Amino acid sequence: MNLSINSASSVVSQSRTNAVMAAAVAMMFGIFMVYGVGFAQSASLHNAAHDTRHSYAFPCH
Amino acid sequence: MLKRIMSTAIIAGLVAGILVSVVHEFTTTPIILYAEEYENSGENHHTLLQDATQGGVKKANVHSDTQGQIYLADTDSEDGQEEWGPNNRLERTFFTSLANILTGVGFAAILVACFTFSGEKLSGRRGVIWGLAGFAVFTLAPSLGLPPEVPGSMAADLSLRQTWWIATSVATGVGLWVMIFGSKTPIYLLGLLLIILPHVIGAPQPTEIGGNAPPELAGQFVAASIVVSAIFWVILGWTSGALWKHSGDVAK
Repeated sequence: MNLSINSASSVVSQSRTNAVMAAAVAMMFGIFMVYGVGFAQSASLHNAAHDTRHSYAFPCH
Repeated sequence: MLKRIMSTAIIAGLVAGILVSVVHEFTTTPIILYAEEYENSGENHHTLLQDATQGGVKKANVHSDTQGQIYLADTDSEDGQEEWGPNNRLERTFFTSLANILTGVGFAAILVACFTFSGEKLSGRRGVIWGLAGFAVFTLAPSLGLPPEVPGSMAADLSLRQTWWIATSVATGVGLWVMIFGSKTPIYLLGLLLIILPHVIGAPQPTEIGGNAPPELAGQFVAASIVVSAIFWVILGWTSGALWKHSGDVAK
């Protein structure tokens, strides 16, 4: 955390905002990864991830 | 903060993905391979094979006047060319493990993002509880309407199933979240309603059942894949929680 200390409350709220923004980015990255492996309707992706899709109960075929 | 979230997610996803790949190799994969022998044999008594292609996946219409379809594993693209796929068992295991790791990293990123949103204290043990919530959201809830399918099962249209699956996970996740972190009775009720709603609406089902895979095999596969998913989520939850605590301690 490289925040300069102005007042305790503003630092807390600023670091909270940063954390929520970072979490939102990570959430989108996670959804993108899971979607790519589990749901993308590309034949090559489907074939590569076939057994994973079945094993995780993602709808397949 | 993003660096801390991503490094936790990548390591936890890698660990859970590799370990679950080993478990898959001895549990679900043998059942998939066995079921594919039935799927490709086409020996079902009412299989009227009609080659049609959709998204590069060959499907067999069981009756031309129904919507029940069996989607076969071998894939030809629309111009009749064979689409790329793993060539042998070793290559297949490699790509399955890679897909497991990427799925693990993806789910870990979602889980650690939720840690951050909640602002709760984490540890390995608390992480297990979070992992079990992930198991409920991404395995139990969708499985009630769309049980894990062994290859050769009859199923409704793929896009409809995918949409229901995603909507159910989102509704269950949001519902659980507001029930756990909410503080008023109407909020609890709203959460409960969100969790129940997808099942009241109902998952898309095939108009007929009776795929190529024997029912015993299908039942065994459902049990195996749900149990392995539970193992995956417990490993992912513990590893993410422990790493999240560790990275927080280091930053102080």
